[in-house]
Amino acid sequence: MLLPLRQLTMKTAAALAGALWFLAAAAAPERALAAGLELRGAGSTFAAPLYEKWIDAFQQAHPSIAVRYEAVGSGEGVVRFSADAVDFGASDAPLTASAAVKIGRGAVQAPSTAGMIVLAYNLPGLTGELKLPQDVYADIFMGRISTWDDPRLRAANPGLALPSKNIAVIGRQDSSGTTFAFTSHLAAVSKSWADDGPGVGKLVAWPKGAMIARGNEGVAARIKISEGAIGYVEFGFARRLGLPVALLQNKAGAFIAPTQESGIAALAASADQGLEGLSASMMNPAGLKAYPIVTYSWLLLYEKYPAERAQAVRSFVDWGLTVGQTFAADLGYLALPQAVADLGKSALSRIK
Amino acid sequence: MAVQFVLPNAKSVSQPPSIAAYLVDRAFFLAATAGALAIIALVVYILWEIGGQALPAISRSGAAFLANSQWDVQNASFGILPQIWGTLYSSLLALLIGGFIGITIAIFLTQDFLPPRIAVAFRTLIEMLAAIPSVVFGLWGIFVVIPFIRPAANWLHDSLGFIPFFATSLSGPGMLPAVIVLSIMILPTVAAISQDAIGLVPYKVKEAAYGMGTTRWEAILKVIVPTASGGISSALVLGFGRALGETMALAMLIGNANQISLSLFSPANTLASLLASNFPEAGQIERQSLMYAALVLLAITLVVNVIGTLILVWTSRKIAKA
Repeated sequence: MLLPLRQLTMKTAAALAGALWFLAAAAAPERALAAGLELRGAGSTFAAPLYEKWIDAFQQAHPSIAVRYEAVGSGEGVVRFSADAVDFGASDAPLTASAAVKIGRGAVQAPSTAGMIVLAYNLPGLTGELKLPQDVYADIFMGRISTWDDPRLRAANPGLALPSKNIAVIGRQDSSGTTFAFTSHLAAVSKSWADDGPGVGKLVAWPKGAMIARGNEGVAARIKISEGAIGYVEFGFARRLGLPVALLQNKAGAFIAPTQESGIAALAASADQGLEGLSASMMNPAGLKAYPIVTYSWLLLYEKYPAERAQAVRSFVDWGLTVGQTFAADLGYLALPQAVADLGKSALSRIK
Repeated sequence: MAVQFVLPNAKSVSQPPSIAAYLVDRAFFLAATAGALAIIALVVYILWEIGGQALPAISRSGAAFLANSQWDVQNASFGILPQIWGTLYSSLLALLIGGFIGITIAIFLTQDFLPPRIAVAFRTLIEMLAAIPSVVFGLWGIFVVIPFIRPAANWLHDSLGFIPFFATSLSGPGMLPAVIVLSIMILPTVAAISQDAIGLVPYKVKEAAYGMGTTRWEAILKVIVPTASGGISSALVLGFGRALGETMALAMLIGNANQISLSLFSPANTLASLLASNFPEAGQIERQSLMYAALVLLAITLVVNVIGTLILVWTSRKIAKA
C-alpha cells in the first residue's frame, strides 16, 4: 500500500509544479531589462501583439528605457491602473468619467490603435465565405441559433453546404475590452440582445453551453481545436492561427470582410468626434464599405509621474502614436486616423 | 535527569534501556505526536480559513447557491449546480472506465497470466503514468484524444442522436475527452491498490479453490476477487477522490461551459476547474463564492471517503461472516 501512496504524492507534487509553472509563465513574460528606467504596463490582450512589437522596436531606438507589458485583459489592466500597480494601463474600453476622477494622480487617456473584432469559426470542409447578417450573429451569441444548418443561416448562405453540427459559441472568461466592444455593438444592432440578451459589459454571462476561454489568444486557440466553433477575437489573432472569418453585414446591409480598407472606412466617421465621443461613434458604422465591429484601444496614463518617468512615458507613447502606427497594418490592426493620433498627442501634453 | 530503571533481578541478562535510548524514544514519540497533531491542525486551519472566507457568500446565497446554475459576475449571481453535476458525472464515468480497466489489469498482473518479470515491468510502467504532470495529460488530450475520438463521436451523434448521451456533436473540448483522460489518470491508483489487495489474498485460498476443481476464471471471479473486494473498493474510492479533485487537465479539456447536459459530447465544467480558472482575477464577491464552491468540493470529497470507508467496513464484515 505504501508504494502507490508515495507515487500519489509524487504525482501531486508534479502536478502542482506543472500548474505553478503554467501560471507563472502565463502571468509574467520576462523581458530583458536594460539598465536604466523600466516602465511597466498591463491590460488589453486585444492590442498586446502590437504593444510587444512597439516595445521591441522602441527599445532598439531607446536602450535606456525598458518597457514591460503584461497581457492580462482590459478589465485587469484597469484594476491595476486604478491601484497604482503599473506605469500605464491598456484597455479597449476607455475609462469612464466616474472611474477617471477616482484616479488620485489624474488620468490621461490616449487612443493607441484600432482594430477589427472578427467572428472566427472552425468548420472543416466548408469552402466559400460564410455570411452573417446582424440579427443572425447576435442570436448565435445569445444561443438562439444553435445549429449550423439553421434556416436563417442557410437563407443567408444559399451556396454553402452548412453541416448539421451544433454551434459551439466561445466567449471570454476574463474581464475584457474586446467583450465590451463586441457586446456594445450587439446591443446597438440587435433589439433582442439589448432587451433580453446578456447585456453590455467587459464580463457578461454567456448563454448555457457556451465555452469560455481566457484572453483573445485563448479564444482563438479554443476555436482552433473545436469543430463547429465560433468566437470573437481581434483580427490578427484569427489570421495568425489561420482561422476563417465570417463576412459580416454592416449597417448599410452589405456583407463586409475584415480588411484594412473596410476597417479604415469604419474609423473614418469617428475621426472628428473628439476623444470623448470616439467609442460611442463606432457602435455600428454607417459607411457602405465599413466593417461593422471596430474598436479603438486605449493607453491609460497618469497626469503626474516622477520627473524622469514622465519624460519616458511621454516619449514612449509619442513614439507609438507616430512610428508605432506604421506597424499596425502588418499585425492586422488599423493605423489611427491622423486626426485621432493628433488628439492623442495633445492629451500627452497634460502629463507632468 | 531523575529517571531510574531498576530491574528486580540484577543478575538478569536484560539491560535497562540506556538514557540515550530512552531519550531517542521520547523524542521520536514527541515528534510523531507533533507531526500527527500538526496535520490535524492544518486541516482544521484550512477548513477554518476557507469557511471564514466563504461565510459572506454562504449567508448571502445560502442553499440557493447549490441549486442556481448561473455564474454571472456582472450581476453577482452565483450558483454551482452545473459544476456539481459536471464533477460527479465526469468522475463517475471516469471511475466506470478507469475502475474496470484498473481491476482487469490488476487481475492480469497478479494471476500468473504473465511471467513474473514481465508482470513487474508492466506494473512499473502503469505506475509511471502517475508521474506524468497533469498539464501534459491536458495537452495530450487536446492534440491527440480529441481529434482521435471526434469522427466516432460525430458518427454516433449522426446515427444515434436521439439517445440523450449522444444528443450533441463533439466540437472539441467536452465531457468525453475529459472522461477518457481522467480515467487514464486514475488508472495507476486503482490498478496499484487493487494489485496489492489481490496480492494479499492468502495463497491457500487460491489453492483451496483450485483443489475444489474450479477453473481459473471461476477461482478468480468467485473466490479471489470477492476475497479482495474490500481492498478493491478502497482502490475505487481513492480513484474517485482523485477524479473529483483533478484540476489542470480538466480545466483544459472539459470546455468550461456552465450547463447541465447528459450528452457525452457537450462541454461542461467541474468545481475544481471553475476554481482554477476563475480564481486569478476574481474580485472580492466572486472570491467568496469561489471559497464556498471549494467548501462544497471538500464536502463532496468527504462524503465520498466516508461512503468508501463504510463500504470497506461492510464488505470486510460480510467476508468475516462467510
